[in-house]
Amino acid sequence: MDNWKDNKNVFWTLAAPGTFWLFVFFVIPLAFLFVMSFGGKAIINGEMSITEYAYFTGIGNYLRSLEPTYLQVMWKSIWVSALATVLCLLTAYPIAFGICFAPARWKPILLLLVVLPFWINLLIRTYALIAVFRTQGYVNLVAGTVGLGPFEMLYNNFAVIFGLVYVYMPFMVLPLYATIERLDKSFLEASLDLGASQFTTFMKVTVPLTMPGIITGVILVFIPCLGSFLTPDLLGGTNAIMIGNVIERQFKAANDWPFGAAISFMLMFATFAALMIRAFLAKRSAGVDV
Amino acid sequence: MSIFKPSFRANRRQFLAGTGAAFAGISLRSYSASAAEDKKLNLYNYSTYMGETTLADFNTATGIEAKLDLFADMDELFAKLKAGNPGYDAVVVAGDYLERMVKAGMVTELDQSKIPNLANVDPDFANPSYDPGLKHCIPYMWGTIGIGYRKSAVGVTPIDSWKVLFDSSEFAGKISCLGDAQNVMGCALKYLGYSFNSTNPDELKKVEELLIAQKKNIKVFAPDNGQDLLASGEVVACQEWSGDITQVMKEDEDLSYAIPKEGSNVWTDNWAIPTGVPHPENAHAFLNFILDAQNGMNAATTVQYGTPNLAAKKLMPESYTNNPAIYPAKEVLAKCEPTKYLGEELNKMRDEIWTKIQAA
Repeated sequence: MDNWKDNKNVFWTLAAPGTFWLFVFFVIPLAFLFVMSFGGKAIINGEMSITEYAYFTGIGNYLRSLEPTYLQVMWKSIWVSALATVLCLLTAYPIAFGICFAPARWKPILLLLVVLPFWINLLIRTYALIAVFRTQGYVNLVAGTVGLGPFEMLYNNFAVIFGLVYVYMPFMVLPLYATIERLDKSFLEASLDLGASQFTTFMKVTVPLTMPGIITGVILVFIPCLGSFLTPDLLGGTNAIMIGNVIERQFKAANDWPFGAAISFMLMFATFAALMIRAFLAKRSAGVDV
Repeated sequence: MSIFKPSFRANRRQFLAGTGAAFAGISLRSYSASAAEDKKLNLYNYSTYMGETTLADFNTATGIEAKLDLFADMDELFAKLKAGNPGYDAVVVAGDYLERMVKAGMVTELDQSKIPNLANVDPDFANPSYDPGLKHCIPYMWGTIGIGYRKSAVGVTPIDSWKVLFDSSEFAGKISCLGDAQNVMGCALKYLGYSFNSTNPDELKKVEELLIAQKKNIKVFAPDNGQDLLASGEVVACQEWSGDITQVMKEDEDLSYAIPKEGSNVWTDNWAIPTGVPHPENAHAFLNFILDAQNGMNAATTVQYGTPNLAAKKLMPESYTNNPAIYPAKEVLAKCEPTKYLGEELNKMRDEIWTKIQAA
């Protein structure tokens, strides 16, 4: 590829729309929120104002976000997201593997089936899960005909985690598919020829070689899970609250944008930390990067 | 066999028409309010909260084409208007939120001379505490919060206390509460014998402890679908808005509604005109139209809440005016308090307690 310095005009022509877009719709709003996170609501005539803000009042919002209540919610969000991510990985790996080793003419259709749910709005898919899981829903209907149940599957942590796995599964399958597809099958044959069992081959050859795909998939699933609020809101029970719900409430019911901005940034810092771990792991595995 | 070839090229006439419409859209918006106001009206309301034919009737009567946008709760309305009115002419707003929005300068003062049907308003609603003299709004519907329940599932004794929802394991896992801090904590405060609008930290602390202890028995904090959970058998008792329950009661005889003896909340929803209204004349015409007897009756028939429109109430059948779920007895109503706007500080405090309850 040419060096961009050789074709500066072409480079800037191509880069300008994207840069403009990022700047106007991402950097500016984010900067606005960042400034707001160090502010508070203005006090006018001794009363807390409804619409006016006081800027640069300190780091009070960040300190408040470190109170036990919010740390507890943050911690819960992390483990719920982590569990959902692991379950996603465990289910997506065989699916991606299956697609890679399927006959060539089936591959596009199988991939399409993975992506297909994306064509339906997240809200509708979540409501569909409610119809499936509720006490008189489809699962209990089927279980009831063989004399089982009814099971309580809705409004608890199971429903939230299932909902997250269901919604974010394609984000795991696609990067895994990309790396497994590029996996040189002769390595596997060599390993088996040299006497390794199927299991050893999988653990010592396949998994390390597809590690970049695994890490990318984990990041792509974990981050949106961490910020989700719709799924716990609709599928969760009385203690389903996640940090995304707290943020949403600050911007709506609580009308406390500065605090909402501060928790958003705390979440972003946590995300950056996760990405740094990814970079560290990628360097160590030194495999094919995705 | 002929092959269909789709063509996406617009011919010249279609193109001109399209651009014309686009420019018309831009230029009409920039006209200021005047006698030449164009025949449009943008409304913002809850879903299923309007007479079935109201918009069509309004169009027939005035030639104004009304467009309806929907919000899920008051907070959505508030957050949207806070950033500047995106073009709404009239919005539905609850009393306490109206008070807050008046304070923040987010709604305009009404020109009462353009709303002669104000004469139809029930005198009980003509001077509400949240907007004395109805300077900024017209009352639309009123109702209560109570317990909707399934008669066959709760046994012989009818439900008469918040205890079943807030302080009992009798129906563990088969009860739901509303999904917002204000109303759940407010009704729990009533159960403990305090004011719905309490600002006393000790009382709020007791509510926090009560709800945290009760959480294991509550299936879900349902924002606006308690009636669906009740109707589908997911729960046997739920905290809900009166009209939501009366709507499902019409379809299922086994359902009932009770206002607990400890008292509850009574609220009024209103129509108001937000600041920056694009079509003020049309908006006033619409508010006047809502207060008309016939139209008020149509709306009350659909939504099954109490109407503060006395002329409309007179047209309603007895099955409506005698329904205790819609018009509770005077002594029951006397124990119900309206929601007050408590100020931002208190709002923040209640939200923090609500987070603690949910996280516990």
